[in-house]
Amino acid sequence: MTVLAPSTTGATLDVAEIRADFPILSRTVRDGKPLVYLDSGATSQRPRQVLDAERTFLETSNAAVHRGAHALAEEATDAYESARERIAAFVGADIREVVFTKNATEAINLVAYGMSNASIGDGVDPAAERFRLGPGDEVVTTEMEHHANLIPWQELCRRTGATLRWFGITADGRLDLENDPITERTKVVAFTHQSNVLGTVPPVEEIVRRARAVGAYTVLDACQSVPHAPVDLHALGVDFAAFSGHKMLGPSGIGVLYGRHELLEALPPFLTGGSMIEMVRMEGATYAQPPARFEAGVPMTSQAIGLGAAVDYLSAIGMDRVRAHENELTGAALLKLQDLPGVEILGPRSNEARGGAVAFSIDGVHPHDASQVLDDLGIAVRVGHHCAWPLHRAFGVQASIRASFHVYNTMEEVDALVAGVRRAQEFFGVLPPSEPLRGGSA
Amino acid sequence: MKLDSMYQEIILDHYRRPHGHGLREPFGAEVHHVNPTCGDEVTVRVHLSGGEGLDAKVEDLSYDALGCSISQAATSVAHDLLVGHTVGEAFETLDAYQTMVQGRGKVEPDEDVLDDAVAFAGVAAYPARVKCALLGWLAFKDAVAQAQGHQAQASGQTGGTA
Repeated sequence: MTVLAPSTTGATLDVAEIRADFPILSRTVRDGKPLVYLDSGATSQRPRQVLDAERTFLETSNAAVHRGAHALAEEATDAYESARERIAAFVGADIREVVFTKNATEAINLVAYGMSNASIGDGVDPAAERFRLGPGDEVVTTEMEHHANLIPWQELCRRTGATLRWFGITADGRLDLENDPITERTKVVAFTHQSNVLGTVPPVEEIVRRARAVGAYTVLDACQSVPHAPVDLHALGVDFAAFSGHKMLGPSGIGVLYGRHELLEALPPFLTGGSMIEMVRMEGATYAQPPARFEAGVPMTSQAIGLGAAVDYLSAIGMDRVRAHENELTGAALLKLQDLPGVEILGPRSNEARGGAVAFSIDGVHPHDASQVLDDLGIAVRVGHHCAWPLHRAFGVQASIRASFHVYNTMEEVDALVAGVRRAQEFFGVLPPSEPLRGGSA
Repeated sequence: MKLDSMYQEIILDHYRRPHGHGLREPFGAEVHHVNPTCGDEVTVRVHLSGGEGLDAKVEDLSYDALGCSISQAATSVAHDLLVGHTVGEAFETLDAYQTMVQGRGKVEPDEDVLDDAVAFAGVAAYPARVKCALLGWLAFKDAVAQAQGHQAQASGQTGGTA
């Protein structure tokens, strides 16, 4: 099963109708230029339905969840748990397997610190022994990870004495599966479902198969897959997965950790305090069943409800159609950008096993300078290393320009990007102008 | 257009033909600064002579830089404006420059002090680029502090080492 396979169906979305749901998309920037928002890989915009869900909840039912027995507390708890149920269904998980976190970064840290706590080895919880790491053990990640799925593992290794290994990247931006660092010593394999820079979709099933063969746990960074394509976590067979609300048309301040229930039951808590307990005495405490065990303190409630609304919104469109639409935009962007002399795509140049992040460099124009010209035209892209510094090192570049799409983007916006890149080349004098775009000199 | 006010011809000239580029000997200290948001890097060496503290003279500011036009050009201009002056004068220029680029466009630059560096006034309108404009300049400040720290530690010796 290729979870993010290119679609053969054409765009059947009414993008104009979708855009009407996103108030921010109709604003102008930089002296009246229509906004061309191509930075959804960093954060996506939110439809009215999400904004309304948060507001309605706060205006009618706001209360601290899982506490109190009054009417509002009951309604708030129901709304919060209903959101969890819909989000779980959206990614093919059971409700008990969805833990709300602040964001995906916190979700991955939750797993790493849970393992860290299991490695302290105080013998308090024999069930946690399965997560113990120490010298001689290895954690495997990849060179294409976002820092959020790298640094928690670097730190876990530092704390436990385990060793970090990684898959490298091939010249065409795929994971180098030939040089496999997974061995009998591997305890964890943490990898991305879709590179936030290259768009690459690694073969999840194959990596899961290799990890399982040596008894290692898999941790999937699904931040760039769940918002853009149908994802079935049970079918993928990963042990843990993380994604963020704000990249999938939902609020910021809400993320999700998925964990197979059996594993969440054995994993020691990360943050401790109120509402994650079963029973407390002065000498110690026992802990609630997951997911409550991992949700210490009053959680973000309106954000969870907003994410529930985002999932409803995406489901109403259909994730197959979302994927097909973005696939069409990505394919066009890849073709048109490669047509420009001096433009180099980082990562897969075709649309095979690839999502909608298109990173590129322009000969003779630093990404920061290019983005300034694009910004002047109202085009928002990301520049820099996109929190994937080792990936950029692997390609021998400091930084890149990244355009990323979501369901509300249009083919006209792809064309605006391509014209903007050409404009940047003209502005910095690395391409003869095709027509006099600028009056006078720079 | 704002873009033109930021990318003035003088900046693009410095970017295409940077002044004083390359790492040279002798030098009293070498520092490496990075802009963590974009990965831009600069290595700056300073060579100081005569006098102590603010009275020392900046004999050379040599550098190697990887980065955008703004950071490259700003370091080139720093070389032009700071070399040949005392540390005290150089710090005054640096202060004026920093105040201008961090001023969100509300600071009227003093052309007598800043010379070519007034071209960077347009950067102040783009907060995200202020770090680019300051990268080489703040590396210089750090390098001077390190060079003088080394001199103080090696009291009595002349010609500090890296």
